[in-house]
Amino acid sequence: MNLLCEISNAELSITATLTGIGLVFAALLIAKLISPKSYSVKKAEPYECGIPTRGASMIQFKAGYYIFAILFLLFDVEVVFLYPWATVMRSLGPSGMLCIGIFLFVLIMGLAYAWRKGALKWE
Amino acid sequence: MFDFGTWTSAFNDWLLGLVGNTEWLAVLIECVIIGVLVLLTYTVLALFYILYERKLCAWFQCRLGPMRVGKWGLLQVFADMFKILIKELICLKGTDRFLFKLAPYIIITSSVVMLACLPWGNGLQIIDWNIGIFFILAVSSVGVLGILLAGWSSNNKYTLIGAMRSGAQMISYEISLGLSLMTIVILSGTMSVSELVAQQEDAWFIFKGHIPAIIAFIIYVITATAETNRGPFDLPEAEHELTAGYHTEYSGIHFGFFYLAEYLNLFIVSGIASLMFLGGWMPLHIPGWEGFNAVMNWIPSIVWFLLKAFFVSFVIIWFKWTFPRVRIDQMLSFEWKYLMPFSLANLVLMTLFVAYGWHF
Repeated sequence: MNLLCEISNAELSITATLTGIGLVFAALLIAKLISPKSYSVKKAEPYECGIPTRGASMIQFKAGYYIFAILFLLFDVEVVFLYPWATVMRSLGPSGMLCIGIFLFVLIMGLAYAWRKGALKWE
Repeated sequence: MFDFGTWTSAFNDWLLGLVGNTEWLAVLIECVIIGVLVLLTYTVLALFYILYERKLCAWFQCRLGPMRVGKWGLLQVFADMFKILIKELICLKGTDRFLFKLAPYIIITSSVVMLACLPWGNGLQIIDWNIGIFFILAVSSVGVLGILLAGWSSNNKYTLIGAMRSGAQMISYEISLGLSLMTIVILSGTMSVSELVAQQEDAWFIFKGHIPAIIAFIIYVITATAETNRGPFDLPEAEHELTAGYHTEYSGIHFGFFYLAEYLNLFIVSGIASLMFLGGWMPLHIPGWEGFNAVMNWIPSIVWFLLKAFFVSFVIIWFKWTFPRVRIDQMLSFEWKYLMPFSLANLVLMTLFVAYGWHF
């Protein structure tokens, strides 16, 4: 910690989080106090094309997005696993490179499989 | 270089004397001061960035941009913010009110925490975990949640499509972002932000790391553009198709939060680029050129950091006015079929360089 020597990182992170919440809360409070208020049925309708909306909007949605989300889950966990290795790579030397090579090989095989299966194709 | 730590520690000693050495009280007061400072920085930066982008957009298109309010339109952003503040907050029927109101909190909080992690100058850094860059990445992925919630809870088809696109885009490009930053972690052997900056004293990582660092920098700038939903990757809020994307239904200051967070995220990704590749607050040092290095040391560290961040933001804004918007299938296949294999290969290349000591 560079700014002030006495405060721990956890306390500073909590301070930053509270600052963010406080910013939104304070701005909303000010806006509530000075902004006008009115209600009409037309105003409370969703803004779409000008004609009345049809059907619900909170629906099950295109499956293509979920396939990418699943792929993301795989590869993001990979990134999480790689970070600790990356930190100590310098001291591991060539042997560390070999070990992670096997790990990466398996993962790239996974990507190749997904690619081959057509999971990366958007339709 | 001038060390801001002397100021802060002198202030700390003075405060401790003032409250009679009760440590918790001093910590509390300092936390409040830090909070207020972060808040001020956040708003000032966001206002500056709004003007910066509007002016740059105008100049790229041979326009003047905002000119009427204040000299050269300098007061335009204040007028805009005041106007946004006095607008009515509309909550539509059929929205999920709790999630609708929660979304701005998540987005703003994640960007404030990331802002507090950046190294602003010599001794000017708030949060400094030993896993600093990892922490920043983790917090940045929380922001996606806010966008998804905003789109889902608004009860509007445009917002739903916008949020889904944005979610798919941000999570996809996050992988390449993580991998490109990881090459620098391999090179430096640390994740702590202050350590990373300290290691770049003799030369910035983009020069130290040879070819892989330059490739990683290019990949980083592309993914950062996509992460902030800007430039050619702004299809979550493609105006012609989706009105305004995931924040269509937000009005008044609710919309203002998304606007602020968007610009702050632009600054934050530029700040991370300058931290990881361009030396953070370290001046430009060339080994052996003593006179040159001494002159560079005269420029304050905070100016260095801000200049580098503004430069990277300039490049990202430049992208927006140069490239046409991509389609969603192009965007996803660009990430999964080109960028990610490339960044994995680049990772292996950097590993080779480090293992055999080919870097500088």
